Amino acid sequence: MDAANGVTVKFFSLLREALDCEERIVALTPDVTTVRALRQQLIAEGGPEWEETLTQPRILIAVNQVVVTADHRLTKGDEVAFFPPMTGG
Amino acid sequence: MSVTVQREAFDPTEEYQRLLAVCPGAALVTFTGYVRDIDEQADVAALELEHYPGMTERVLADIGAQAELQFGLQAWRVVHRYGRMAVSDPIVWVGTLAPHRGAAFDGCHFMMDALKTDAPFWKKTYRLDGSSDWVSAKSEDDLQRQRWRNTRT
Repeated sequence: MDAANGVTVKFFSLLREALDCEERIVALTPDVTTVRALRQQLIAEGGPEWEETLTQPRILIAVNQVVVTADHRLTKGDEVAFFPPMTGG
Repeated sequence: MSVTVQREAFDPTEEYQRLLAVCPGAALVTFTGYVRDIDEQADVAALELEHYPGMTERVLADIGAQAELQFGLQAWRVVHRYGRMAVSDPIVWVGTLAPHRGAAFDGCHFMMDALKTDAPFWKKTYRLDGSSDWVSAKSEDDLQRQRWRNTRT
């Protein structure tokens, strides 16, 4: 699976630590067309730990570096990121 | 006007002089944020700041552009560090230049409030007792951010 035919998924901060995963490539199939479906796919592939981590409240999701809602439609080559609320400044 | 996201330490005094040289406006407001020496739990030994390269720069540039438009700023600059830093190190610096103090104050305040909730940075504190924790987002920060949305002109 290469990134051009699917989406690159990145994890930051405590999500990266909990999943022990910085980045992975996920194929876009007819079932995986939105951010919500992508999260379900990640949980299906990853198991209970992924479910617990990715269903926490207040997780933010960005597509191509812009925060989106779960309904956002995905396109091949998209960069998707999951992260907790920001704490900079 | 300009955004710098860097691992290295920076000098707020130099930033001040540089921004003033770009555009000697009538009012210059700056804010510097430093690493705290205590958190909710105990004494802090160090801070680690993770960021999302690319998105961070983009969000900070958008915040500055919005402030420029909304408050009529003549110039602005944001410097933000990432990586590991020590207690009392400067983390963030925002400077705004405007024809009058109200716009410079509001622009700087808005940029800091927006940056806290919108720029993809995550703090982890390392304490003197050896423990470490990711810092939780504060609801006050969301309220501060919301205030600017309510008063948006």
